[in-house]
Amino acid sequence: MSAAVVTGLGVAAANGLGTEAYWRATLDGRAGIREITRFDPSGYPVRLAGEVSGFVAEEHLPGRLLPQTDRMTRLSLYAAEQALADAGVPAAGGLRYDIGVATASSMGGFEFGQRELENLWSKGGSHVSAYQSFAWFYAVNSGQISIRHNLRGPGAALVTDHAGGLDAVGHARRQIRRGTPAILTGGVDGALCPLGIAGLVSTGGYTSRTDPDGAYRPFAADADGAVPGEGGAHLLLEDRDAARARGAKVYGELAGYAATFDPAGAPETGLRRAITGALRDAQVVPADVGLVFADGTADRAADRAEAAALAAVFGPRAVPVTVPKTMVGRLQAGAAALDLATALLALRDGVAPHTAGVDAPAPDCPIDLVTGSPRSLPLNCVLVLARGRGGFNAAAVLRRSQQ
Amino acid sequence: MSRRVVVTGLGAVAPGGTNLKQYWDLLSSGRTATRPITAFDPSPYRSRIAAECDFDPVEAGLSPQEARRMDRATQFAVAAAREAIAGSGLDLPGTDGERLAVSLGCAVGCTTSMEREYVVLSDGGRSWLVDPEYAVPHLYDWFVPSSAAAEVAHTVGAQGPVALISDGCTSGLDAVGHGAELIREGSADVVVAGGTDAPISPITLACFDAIKATSPRNDDAAHASRPFDATRNGLVLGEGGAVLVLEELEHARRRGAHVYAEVAGFGSRSNAYHMTGLRPDGVEMAEAVRVALDEARIAPEGVDYVNAHGSSTKQNDRHETAAFKRSLGDHAYRVPVSSIKSMIGHSLGAIGALELVACALAMEYGVVPPTANLHVADPECDLDYVPLTAREQRVDTVLSVGSGFGGFQSAVVLARPDRRTA
Repeated sequence: MSAAVVTGLGVAAANGLGTEAYWRATLDGRAGIREITRFDPSGYPVRLAGEVSGFVAEEHLPGRLLPQTDRMTRLSLYAAEQALADAGVPAAGGLRYDIGVATASSMGGFEFGQRELENLWSKGGSHVSAYQSFAWFYAVNSGQISIRHNLRGPGAALVTDHAGGLDAVGHARRQIRRGTPAILTGGVDGALCPLGIAGLVSTGGYTSRTDPDGAYRPFAADADGAVPGEGGAHLLLEDRDAARARGAKVYGELAGYAATFDPAGAPETGLRRAITGALRDAQVVPADVGLVFADGTADRAADRAEAAALAAVFGPRAVPVTVPKTMVGRLQAGAAALDLATALLALRDGVAPHTAGVDAPAPDCPIDLVTGSPRSLPLNCVLVLARGRGGFNAAAVLRRSQQ
Repeated sequence: MSRRVVVTGLGAVAPGGTNLKQYWDLLSSGRTATRPITAFDPSPYRSRIAAECDFDPVEAGLSPQEARRMDRATQFAVAAAREAIAGSGLDLPGTDGERLAVSLGCAVGCTTSMEREYVVLSDGGRSWLVDPEYAVPHLYDWFVPSSAAAEVAHTVGAQGPVALISDGCTSGLDAVGHGAELIREGSADVVVAGGTDAPISPITLACFDAIKATSPRNDDAAHASRPFDATRNGLVLGEGGAVLVLEELEHARRRGAHVYAEVAGFGSRSNAYHMTGLRPDGVEMAEAVRVALDEARIAPEGVDYVNAHGSSTKQNDRHETAAFKRSLGDHAYRVPVSSIKSMIGHSLGAIGALELVACALAMEYGVVPPTANLHVADPECDLDYVPLTAREQRVDTVLSVGSGFGGFQSAVVLARPDRRTA
């Protein structure tokens, strides 16, 4: 079976627009968390977010796309264009079936949707946008990316909450194995509007801290929830032989992937099973893994469960673990996609970004959390974890590509 | 040896029939379930008709807690899953949960609950700064469609891969295609696959009105969905859910399961053209059909029945007719082609799965369901669309296709397992 490798990255995150700007900010420990500016959050129990500031849609998208796109779709189109350009894929006309699209979504174009609901209920049906029929729905980014870049291979959108970023990439590898040479994948997400924040609030999973410094504290003893954010990453996943044939640079190989579920009433073994499944799929042993990007929800029980799963597979404090999401927020379907991009940059440069804002893990989380500053490491293999509300788990193993 | 995937259980919540038997009775009789909307007052809207399900969640076996927690679309999916599992004869407690997966399609998620909660939190649409204090505790689950897949997974005890596939109106087909792939690659032995949607709400009516996609034939709701008829004037919205139990062939044989059909091929392509428009030449749909038939190792002449997307829009009917001619050649003129949307409307992310259930039943009973309401031939749609009445005919191989907003084009081939060389 041919391997799937990543040949292009595009990033949009609160601390950096563009892959290298994001990576520099991350290694410098510069966070993009602040009080929400998109609306007045003073009456809300969640007031901080990782907003992508400095993104001017008009600079990146043709004017005709503006009335028909939610903000997260604009960020997605930006990241997709960056990923394709980074991969050096030439634009092509005609029946281009050689590239497909598989993105992750969670709430769709939610701010767009809230605005149209308001138009309907305050002014009447005739005030609803003609674009509402698709601008808010979950497949919108896949459709818009496919149209903008003439990508006619298989198209799909996966929704598994925060695990979606990994599941979309796993789906992309499946399409490559079925014969499509490349899939534009990953996820860019965000719902930083009043209705979206109300939804996040209802989960109880987000902090009500108002000081942005160290507000999102995964694995810390005083963790009290994540900070929401917007953004994510798109990746071009490509058949290794096809990438070699065109002389593409390779960030790394998607060597392993597994998804599991924890149904109510059963013992919660899903995350550990996803980890061991992804390692087995990659044909590596735990000792081969040099770094883990944890899901790190900053919910005490979920953090303990994740630390326990890691300790069960690797041994207590046996592998460096990091959560650089503390600098950008938990990006729903974009979160794990951004972690994959970050992991590939870590592999490239041999450095583990740190969990900015957290001094040390709680005693009941027996993990070697990378804190304080980035850690230089020889890396061959990196594990990325993600969980979604309801019982979703996913794990992916990235490996430095033998060139 | 490659792993093969068969269908061993079916479940359906559909307009005009909220279980499998009633659903097939409707389809095989050629009756229609489209009617004036009763779920709310539709009078402000251009199109005021739909195919609604007369569905009572508690009658369908959901507990009162489940009924309150789950959006209507989720309720459809859970009810259909339970019916499909029961019919499959699968002993769930005796099934390895780690080898059990869920692949559910859904286009618009928990729309009706989302809108209902929005109205409360925004004080009837007056406030942009909604007040989260009045929210239901499970508000977030009504904002993310993944909650529907999760509920189905909880219901059946799935511990393997669980995903919600949201590819607009091809979601149901794509979820079955994805589920079959999970079995082929070895990630699961049994997959609860299907589609669900409950889109009949004010915001959906308003947005389809805005692009004039839905039929304004309000004075004749029962005959409003007219695929391939020259007088059709738009789709009729529907709702429902359908589930197929997919199983690895040897796994099914070992337990002596009844096999409806094999999921023999799947293909999907994007048209990269327009979020809601279709290129008239049908070239990408034809390519999806070619991929699906190739995977099934079935020649175009081997197709006994084509279940069309047939959404009752001029654009679709012509696009699709062109795609069939392009992919099936002369056989396109000989094979029966029908659209059950004429009877149960267009239920977005559910319809692909409802159509595959209909295809499996067509194979089971040797009956091709008709295209209801087709009286006046459109000169540009010149195939055999099985007008008005069902046709008794042996069906060993079925092709079912769909088109979705976003440019998605998908095709699934079902076949009798013994019709294929392994």
